[in-house]
Amino acid sequence: MSSLYEEISAPPAGDVPVRRVTIDVNGQARTVDVEPRLLLAHLIRQGLKLTGTHTGCDTTSCGACTVLFDGRPIKSCTMFAVQADGHKVETVESLASASELHPIQEGFKEKHGLQCGFCTPGMMMAAKALLERNLNPTEDEVRWAISGNLCRCTGYQNIVKAILWAAEKMRAESN
Amino acid sequence: MYPSRFNYESPKTLAEAIALLDSGGGETKVLAGGQSLIPMMKLRFAFPGTVVDINNIPGLNYHRFDPDGTLRIGALCRHEDLEFSDVIAKGQQTIAAAAPLVADPIVRARGTFVGSLCHADPQGDWSAVMIALNGRVVVQGPKGKREIAMKDFVLGPFQTAMEFNEMAIEAVIPAPVGQSRGGYLKLERRVGDFATASVAVAVEITGGKVVRAGIAMAGVGGKTIDATDAASSLVGQALTEANIAKVAAAVAAVAEPRSDHRGSSDYKRQIISTFVTRILTSIANPTKKAA
Amino acid sequence: MALDEIKIGGMGASRRRVEDNRFIRGKGNYVDDIVLPDMLHMEILRSPVAHARIKSIDVSKAWDTPGVRLVLTGEMMAARNLAWMPTLSYDTQAVLATDKVRFQGQEVCAVIADDPYIAKDACSKIVVDYEILPAIVNPLQAADPASVLIRDDKENQPGNKVFDWEIGDKAGTDKAFAAADKISKIELHYPRTHPSPLECCGSIADYDRATGKLTVYMTSQAPHIVRAAVALVAELPEHQIRIVSPDIGGGFGNKVPIYPGYVISILASILTEKPVKWIEDKTGNLISTGFGRDVYLKGELALRKDGRILGVRMNTISDHGAFFSDAQPSKFKIGLMHSAFACYDIPVAHMMSTGYYTNKAPGGVAYRCSFRVTEAMFFQERMVQAAADDLGMDQAEFRRINFVKDDEFPHRTAFGFLTDSGQYGKCLEIGLEAIGYKNFAKEKAEAASRGRLLGIGISTMTEPLGAGNSREYDILGIKMFDSAELRVHMSGKALLRTGAKSQGQGHETTWAQIVAHELGIPAEDIVVEEGDTDTAPFGMGTYASRSTPVAGAAVAMVARKIRAKARKIAAHLLEVSEEDIEWELGRFYVRSNQDRGVTIQECAMAAYSNMPDGMEPGLENNAYYDPPNLTWPFACYIAKVEIDPETGVWDVLQFVAVDDCGVRINPMIVEGQIMGGLTEAYAMANMQYITYDEEGNCIGANYMDFLLPTAWETPGFELYEVVTPCPHHPIGAKGVGECATVGGPAAFVNAVMDALKDKGVRNIDMPLMPNRVYEALTTGKDIYGMPPVRVGN
Repeated sequence: MSSLYEEISAPPAGDVPVRRVTIDVNGQARTVDVEPRLLLAHLIRQGLKLTGTHTGCDTTSCGACTVLFDGRPIKSCTMFAVQADGHKVETVESLASASELHPIQEGFKEKHGLQCGFCTPGMMMAAKALLERNLNPTEDEVRWAISGNLCRCTGYQNIVKAILWAAEKMRAESN
Repeated sequence: MYPSRFNYESPKTLAEAIALLDSGGGETKVLAGGQSLIPMMKLRFAFPGTVVDINNIPGLNYHRFDPDGTLRIGALCRHEDLEFSDVIAKGQQTIAAAAPLVADPIVRARGTFVGSLCHADPQGDWSAVMIALNGRVVVQGPKGKREIAMKDFVLGPFQTAMEFNEMAIEAVIPAPVGQSRGGYLKLERRVGDFATASVAVAVEITGGKVVRAGIAMAGVGGKTIDATDAASSLVGQALTEANIAKVAAAVAAVAEPRSDHRGSSDYKRQIISTFVTRILTSIANPTKKAA
Repeated sequence: MALDEIKIGGMGASRRRVEDNRFIRGKGNYVDDIVLPDMLHMEILRSPVAHARIKSIDVSKAWDTPGVRLVLTGEMMAARNLAWMPTLSYDTQAVLATDKVRFQGQEVCAVIADDPYIAKDACSKIVVDYEILPAIVNPLQAADPASVLIRDDKENQPGNKVFDWEIGDKAGTDKAFAAADKISKIELHYPRTHPSPLECCGSIADYDRATGKLTVYMTSQAPHIVRAAVALVAELPEHQIRIVSPDIGGGFGNKVPIYPGYVISILASILTEKPVKWIEDKTGNLISTGFGRDVYLKGELALRKDGRILGVRMNTISDHGAFFSDAQPSKFKIGLMHSAFACYDIPVAHMMSTGYYTNKAPGGVAYRCSFRVTEAMFFQERMVQAAADDLGMDQAEFRRINFVKDDEFPHRTAFGFLTDSGQYGKCLEIGLEAIGYKNFAKEKAEAASRGRLLGIGISTMTEPLGAGNSREYDILGIKMFDSAELRVHMSGKALLRTGAKSQGQGHETTWAQIVAHELGIPAEDIVVEEGDTDTAPFGMGTYASRSTPVAGAAVAMVARKIRAKARKIAAHLLEVSEEDIEWELGRFYVRSNQDRGVTIQECAMAAYSNMPDGMEPGLENNAYYDPPNLTWPFACYIAKVEIDPETGVWDVLQFVAVDDCGVRINPMIVEGQIMGGLTEAYAMANMQYITYDEEGNCIGANYMDFLLPTAWETPGFELYEVVTPCPHHPIGAKGVGECATVGGPAAFVNAVMDALKDKGVRNIDMPLMPNRVYEALTTGKDIYGMPPVRVGN
């Protein structure tokens, strides 16, 4: 943000509750004023402009909004941004480092684990959470771990292959 | 998709939380996992004036067996804590069977056992489990703590026996008197679906005979159905094919299913009877897995 | 030396996708990701009731909500002649309701505000007074002359019928039936379901008063059609309209129609002089946008006792909801339903189709259906299954003897299609081998000993993809060609644009492979763009699996035009005449001296710096392709299922898919399409449907009621391929995107029916939920229609 200029918009009307929160987002501390009702997914997408996280339903069913919250997967549409105060949030934008892709990302590309790409960020974050808990999952364990993430395009078979590919690569790298 | 406006409080102690409920005039709602409350707020089916977030109160995220065998589950114990718990896998088969079937894996990472009881959804898995296990809910208010038996805890759909200024802090499952065995089966069309019908079975066995039997059902009535009376025919008996068949029929008979798009009431009774049979059969023959 | 085609990413290479590079980084550019300066947000108020007169609308409290900029009602739209708009089927559809609401979820008002939360707050303060009318929730009610008239807005609309349509030879068919040894009959309902891509529909309309230009970012599978329609509806000049379809999170036909939300957002932008973003929520998408299917069939096959089909009779009744807004070629009221039975050699057929209005969401053609070919092939394979059973014949044998044989092409089907190629028998044999058909009786007995019921279901079909030739196919009068524009730069790198619009099919990857195949330019040196009507050549968009057949052909054709020009340049560079020039991948050479040659890149450079005398400089061209015929991919899908008779739950033990989609540009992508389609087939067969109660309340308007299978339920699929090149397509390719949704459902249903055959059950309408299977197998009775919403206890 440029320090040369900051526009101050009209302060919120007296009865609009506002909270200042500081959230570690992808390793960076972000301080924002938010209304309590703002969903974490909307803060991520509209407030912080990290549009890799998507919203695909209104019943906490589809998982397109999955991010990691203190290392565990959550559907960011089913948490208020204020709840993340003092906590750590990781979105899909944190997977790749400056120089290389995460093995999960490589696996999705290598194994054709995506088509339209809309469910993909949520799938990959759910996969990351799985592999951090279990680096050698069976196919069933993978399918179980992503059963909270809906995909309309792929039929899941290649997503499972992608995650198993990533697991193998990560196992090799950790040796 | 967009909840209506509310005030937000994030107390750091239990006392603070209760004080907020007390001063809230019934317009406050406790937020634990939020996986039931927030979806309702997003659809504007729920619109509390103030949300009291208890996630920052330390000391509530636990589940443990006391030395005497009592199981205590704290208010912030997440579903997946139970799903991945060694002590639960070893020591509480009903909960171990039910945990993976609650919602979906991501919701389980955040939603809480106790919160689910307080939500009092008639199709809730944990309510049925608690009834079968003869559990109790520990509730705290400005006047102090009290314990409410699970069967008295839910008054109706989404209604509990708590006062407006009380919150649930712990679920208690009494120590078994015999060897504890159990199971949970749920017919859902896909992961995350509401149950077409589900059954929680908890038995305690001493010397090859059942000394206690608790059975409860979800999805087959406007509330969790307590079939402990129907299960009582097992007490003092061994788990034989004949006894199992008798109790399966008795349990199905006390279900109160409605005919709808998930099936006729007869069908849902059939599911109950089949599931009770399968769970009890697998308890009687541990090599045969119930599915 | 010719280049290695696979190494340069040509045809047949399972080239990893270019699109993935941004998607895996979360850098996709979907409509909701786009932010324009001063952008406002729109929320639509939808009707809670299915059929009602609007007595009054009070929007005053909405206007009073801080942050609200504009509130639109039907009355305000009507004042601007925008309360109604034309549909793609020559009907009209309400943009915002004026006199009545005609389905639950219909758009009634719109609020435009500073942010979507405020817009939603304001919407909930709008008070509408409805006078409830009886709701019509199925075609039977609609057909009753005493029923309430839904479309009383239309002149000369005497009842609730939309159309009558007929095709085939009635007299000949009646004769065939009279001479038949046996007549097999079946009644089926293909339930209403929904494409439900994960991303909902949305638009950002940005009208620039200074320039008079309207830009709309939109979830559209067919941006050029939208531009033409917007010009018509909004009465803006076509050259001042720019439609941009950025990344689209799944289409499946749901994003072809033009929805009221788009139109309202355009007017809102014009009135507020700011960009207006409208993103619907999942409920809005499921309750109001283009659904699929909802067709009833009475089907009959006239049979000879040796198993030959002598004639086909089909009588369909379709439910189109409140407005006839089907996106399909305008000549065919029931889409390509008459493509049924194309793979079988049948002398005569007759079909009658009637469509009705109901108080439900409008549409019917959407959902990966190739214009109702999903219905056609489902009905076909269910009729075939029933007929084989009625004759006591083996399912595979019955199909085998009725197939059009390999040497019987071209073949004119009984309904008038011309199929040009096929190896249906080979597909079937591969499938039967893979599923272990010969061993099945043993498997079935073994399962029975464990108390389980086993069944195998076969579904074979050929389907018409690639609409279509200008003689027969148009949408709103616009012919269904497609286009490609190729610019080869001086370095030999290239830019390709087409009139198609990928929503996950991977065009950025595959179109480059066609150019690599034709020109020897490595695929990674070719960038592909689609979706912006300001830059893309005119095309009719991507749906009905038409892109490879039509746009893909255009890509091949434009590349060939470029190659023809490059050949002349090569001759000039090599100082020989054109007749002495030969081509191998990437290089022109002198026939008599093969070491003397020039690469395509050298020709490209020369096009800008060393042209032959008299030749126009540059190496750029375009092509518009009017396909001579549809393409005819074919498939054999076989499912093996096991039913738990105590619960009715059925598991898929094995699923085999044998697909022939001609020459495969990118095998990996083709397989991805098939697996995705089979999953949707499984979903429809098992759990995925929308229904309405007697008051017209929609059950299935959110993901708790409208069930999509997760990775846990979805079976694995074994894929096999047969390749019969399409004889008329420039690269021998056919469409494939929808084959699996077209042929798949019958495989699952036939398998369950096969398992229940001994119980006397002949049919269970989809969805085959466990309770329906259980009821059938315990009573021996067929199950018709949708699951009931409420039944007495």
